[in-house]
Formats: sequence, structure tokens, C-alpha cells
Amino acid sequence: MSPAAPGVVTFVMDGKDVSARADQTVLAVAREHNVAIPTLCALEGLSTVGACRLCLVEIAGSPKLQPACVLKATEGLNVSTRSERLDKYRKMIVELLLSERNHVCSVCVSNGHCDLQSLAQSLGIDHVRFPYLYPSFAVDASHARFTLDHNRCVLCTRCVRVCDEVEGAHTWDVMGRGIRSQVITGLKQPWGESESCTTCGKCVQVCPTGALSEKGKSVAEMRKRRDFLPYLTQMREEHA
Amino acid sequence: MSVAQTHHGRFLGSRTPAPSGDARWKLVAATMRRHGYRADALIEVLHAVQGAFGFLDDDGLRFVAASLRVPYSRVYGVATFYQHFTLRPPGKHTCVVCMGTTCYIKGAQGLVEAVQDRLGVKPGQTTKDGRVSLLEARCIGSCGLAPAVVLDGAMHGKIKAEDLVGKVEEWMKHDS
Repeated sequence: MSPAAPGVVTFVMDGKDVSARADQTVLAVAREHNVAIPTLCALEGLSTVGACRLCLVEIAGSPKLQPACVLKATEGLNVSTRSERLDKYRKMIVELLLSERNHVCSVCVSNGHCDLQSLAQSLGIDHVRFPYLYPSFAVDASHARFTLDHNRCVLCTRCVRVCDEVEGAHTWDVMGRGIRSQVITGLKQPWGESESCTTCGKCVQVCPTGALSEKGKSVAEMRKRRDFLPYLTQMREEHA
Repeated sequence: MSVAQTHHGRFLGSRTPAPSGDARWKLVAATMRRHGYRADALIEVLHAVQGAFGFLDDDGLRFVAASLRVPYSRVYGVATFYQHFTLRPPGKHTCVVCMGTTCYIKGAQGLVEAVQDRLGVKPGQTTKDGRVSLLEARCIGSCGLAPAVVLDGAMHGKIKAEDLVGKVEEWMKHDS
């Protein structure tokens, strides 16, 4: 067999040979081939952080699982995107997310249009094995147009990244560490008092759950609109 | 000139006015100058602020953010990520209990509870009279001495709860 053309690699995904550009991630290749890998923190148009660990895949010959969103396609790689072990871990991750804050779908603005809810459904999660923590979090409704509800936040940092990378305001960030982490605006000020927020609403649209929502939306009425993101990223790159 | 203006001003970093006439801000400004007002000197500068004032308040965080041109939320994130930084004025004496894995296994939780019961404050709080602050640290890197505590900056290893409470009571008794 002749060597692959420069920049093109061939590897095995779920037993099938696939080819990809060397700068592509395994997740991007999987999506091109309609292989479903669950994700939460990843979003096209934003940088990847490999934080949620839902896209972990197995690599033949390595005991370590790797997140597909940051794993680069390399020649001779042999990845499995589904296995009993991966299913087990993915379920566990989503159950831990559900137990960490107060996720009550029946009263949530995003009920029916929620990435977390869809994930739980697709993974067949019908109960949570871990004790709920029931933390006490306030709701920040100080912004004129949007509401922040920490009870529904999964700390995926999509809002932080879109605000920094696309809007360029960096109003959001994460404070604290471990279980005490939470997203903040400015110096942990009420959102409405943040000097840097431009009220563009990108954070609200990319948020996977009902943690960020538009005011005036009732239960199950908050549908997120994300079509703008890949387009905007492309335009910004062209004019950079 | 408001902080917001300086924050977005491209060349104003080094000319951000200090929050007050307090001479200690000059120490902070000197640290920033030494690092060329680079954004990656953030941790170093926060150290300087805490070294000068004992804690980080909002005015200080705004001053540092504007001078180094780092977003407020990132400054706040860094200041709350590291256990070393505190946003509240510390008491006259500080008792830091290491809650790293080794110390935890060796009974650090018991130490915290003992001091907590004696002082009536939770970790992160200071007694009402401003005398003693009880703090927790993630790991102070002295696992061989577990359980370890740091009392007013001095390390005490393999300490027992009653000895620790005794030392804390010394602070309560004497106006030392």
C-alpha cells in the first residue's frame, strides 16, 4: 500500500476504515460518518475543553480512555465509540451531573429542548443511583433580558467560551474549585450590573440547559437558537 | 476616569489610578511595573495585594484587572480558585488546617471540628472579636507530618485535636 497523501490519515472507527484530515478530531470524523458520540461541553464554533468526558472513546492497545473532542485523528488509530464500559461511564457522568444541582425538568423553561435531558433519555437513564446534593443556589434575574439559574447549570463553560471567543467581552468565568465552582459575571456581581456584558445573548443560546434563559419564557418554552455560531465564527476568521 | 474606561483603554493599563491614596498601593503598582503590566503576572500581583493588605477586596481586584487588562471575571476566578487568596480580612491570628488526602485520612476533619466547636466559627470565618480565623487548605505539601496545621504561618505537624485547641486558646487568652 502506498503511503497516505500528506495531511490525510486513515484509521479504524468501530471496525470500519475511515479517512480524515490530520487536523480533524475523532469527534468531527465521527459526526461526518454519522457515528453518534454523546457530548455536552463541545459545541461547533467554540474551542474544545474536554471537560464533560461524555465523548470518551476506547483506543485499542491503550488502557486510557480519550475524549474524542480533543483526540486528533492519527494514522493507524483504532477507536471504539461504543462499548459496555463506555456506556457505563457515560451513564454515571450524566447521573452525577443530575445529582449535583437541582434539575427539575417539569418546571424548567428548557423542558423538551434540553441537551442534558436528551442525553439522559438517549442513555436510558430512568433513575439516579447517587444521593442528590440539593444545593442552595439563588437565581440571578438582575439582567433586563435574561435569567441565570445556577440550579440548572452543569458547568460546561459554553457561556464562558462564547463570551470570550466570539463576543470578545469575557463577562463570564468560573469561580472557586471542585464542588464549589460556579459561573460568575464580572466580579461575581449581579449580571445586570456587569460593566462588560453587551446583552448579545450568545451565552443564553449556547447554554445546553435552562440555566441561562430569556425572560418571559415559561415552562418548556425556551428553545435555543444556535445556527448563528458556526457562521459567525467563519465570518470572524475571514475578517481577522 | 472610570474603571470601565481604563479597562477598555488600550494604552491606559499602567496609568490606572490607585483606588485610594493608601501608600500600600505603590507596592502593588511597583510589582505590576516590574512585570511589565503583563496579564500573566496576575497571580504575582494578587500576591502583592494580599501581602500589603492582608486580603483582596473589590477595589483591589478592579485596580489589578484594569491595570493588567484582564477581565474582571477572570481575576475573580483566579482569586477564588487558589486557597491562598482570601476576599475577607483575616483575623489577628490564623489557624489553617490542611485537608489534603493524607491529613484527611489522619483525622484533619476532627481537628477542624474541634476548633470549630471551641471558636464557634466555620472554616473560612473569623471570630466576632476579629481574633482568630479558621481556614482550610487543600494540601500544604507536608504529607509526612500529617495531620498538619499552620498557625500564624508556622507549621505544626502530627498535631492532636486537644493540643491544637490548647494553642488556639492561648490566642484567646493573651492579647499577643
